[in-house]
Amino acid sequence: MFNFFKPKKSAASAKERLQLVLIHDRTDLTPAELDALKDDLLDVISKHVDIQPDEVRIGLERDGRSQRLVADIPLRSISRRRGG
Amino acid sequence: MGAQVITIASGKGGVGKTTAVANLAVALAADGARVACIDGDIGLRNLDVVMGLENRIVYDVVDVIEGRCRLRQAMIRDKRLPELYLIPAAQTRDKSAVTPSDMIRLCNELRAEVDWVIIDSPAGIERGFKNSIAAADRVIILTNPEVSAVRDADRVIGILEAEEKGTPTLIINRLNPVMVKQHDMLSADDVLDLLAIKLIGIVPEDEGVIVGSNRGNPVALDPKSRAGQAFRNIAKRLKGETVPFMDLEAGTSLWSRLMGRK
Ligand SMILES: Nc1ncnc2c1ncn2[C@@H]1O[C@H](COP(=O)(O)OP(=O)(O)O)[C@@H](O)[C@H]1O
Ligand SMILES: [Mg+2]
Repeated sequence: MFNFFKPKKSAASAKERLQLVLIHDRTDLTPAELDALKDDLLDVISKHVDIQPDEVRIGLERDGRSQRLVADIPLRSISRRRGG
Repeated sequence: MGAQVITIASGKGGVGKTTAVANLAVALAADGARVACIDGDIGLRNLDVVMGLENRIVYDVVDVIEGRCRLRQAMIRDKRLPELYLIPAAQTRDKSAVTPSDMIRLCNELRAEVDWVIIDSPAGIERGFKNSIAAADRVIILTNPEVSAVRDADRVIGILEAEEKGTPTLIINRLNPVMVKQHDMLSADDVLDLLAIKLIGIVPEDEGVIVGSNRGNPVALDPKSRAGQAFRNIAKRLKGETVPFMDLEAGTSLWSRLMGRK
């Protein structure tokens, strides 16, 4: 049996999986709902400014017992827009 | 001022709530305090056998609430410690026999009689749990270093915050230092990072806990027991004493972190 990758130790898997599960439990947002939220958010923002869709990063982050929705949405600069 | 009312809750069943209530009650009473514990698991009475008092029960908590006996008559006196009492759950009734305001009234009466009231919450987040936290001055969440227990603990903490019960403190029970060292069990640090509440104690996995339950002798009565020592330490912290955390995981960062905090 060739197994080049030693499986991750189970404690690390437990922690990683719990980090994700807890954030969705606490916000009552499923991954699918979060995706829908991201799409709506980008639609609204695109009405006002030109964004670079491929570089958008939106996600939930934990901060102690609270959660925040963190969005990093790079905008296309006017010069680049004009210059093409 | 009267007694402080403490509830132990977890969400998940089988994590060690009843064990912790019995041991903390015994540890506080062995130190001379007057302690009453209440079995909040109506229909699934348990605390009596863990404490070894099952043969002394005449009246239960529902008898007091429904006026069939006086409070004092339902307070079963422990056979070892003179000022330790158990108010047992009713075995043939269900949770709907008790309301949150019944519990508040009962505990207010108890506050004048003892120094500590410790309530054993049933598993789940429904009526029995709501009854158990209604009168609490503070809630202790008990969990195991294990995915389902941690997830359920987080839900319960969220509910307590939403109901403005304040942020509870945490007991991590059944920690196995060997498995932690092998990275096959969440460490106390991991659990604290995930749940983000203040730690009040870590209790090791200890076969003696089951032996103690078999005999109806909580391990906190055994001066040599590791788990017993952990429970005695928690009892001291409840009284406001500063007690260093036991070095269950020698070589990890937890020890130094906790020591550095004070
Ligand atoms: N620290 C421990 N080490 C070993 N066994 C334990 C420990 N804590 C609890 N147990 C055992 O786990 C089982 C469940 O404990 P219990 O207190 O009844 O849980 P709960 O009240 O949360 O349902 C019991 O058999 C008990 O003896
Ligand atoms: Mg129990």
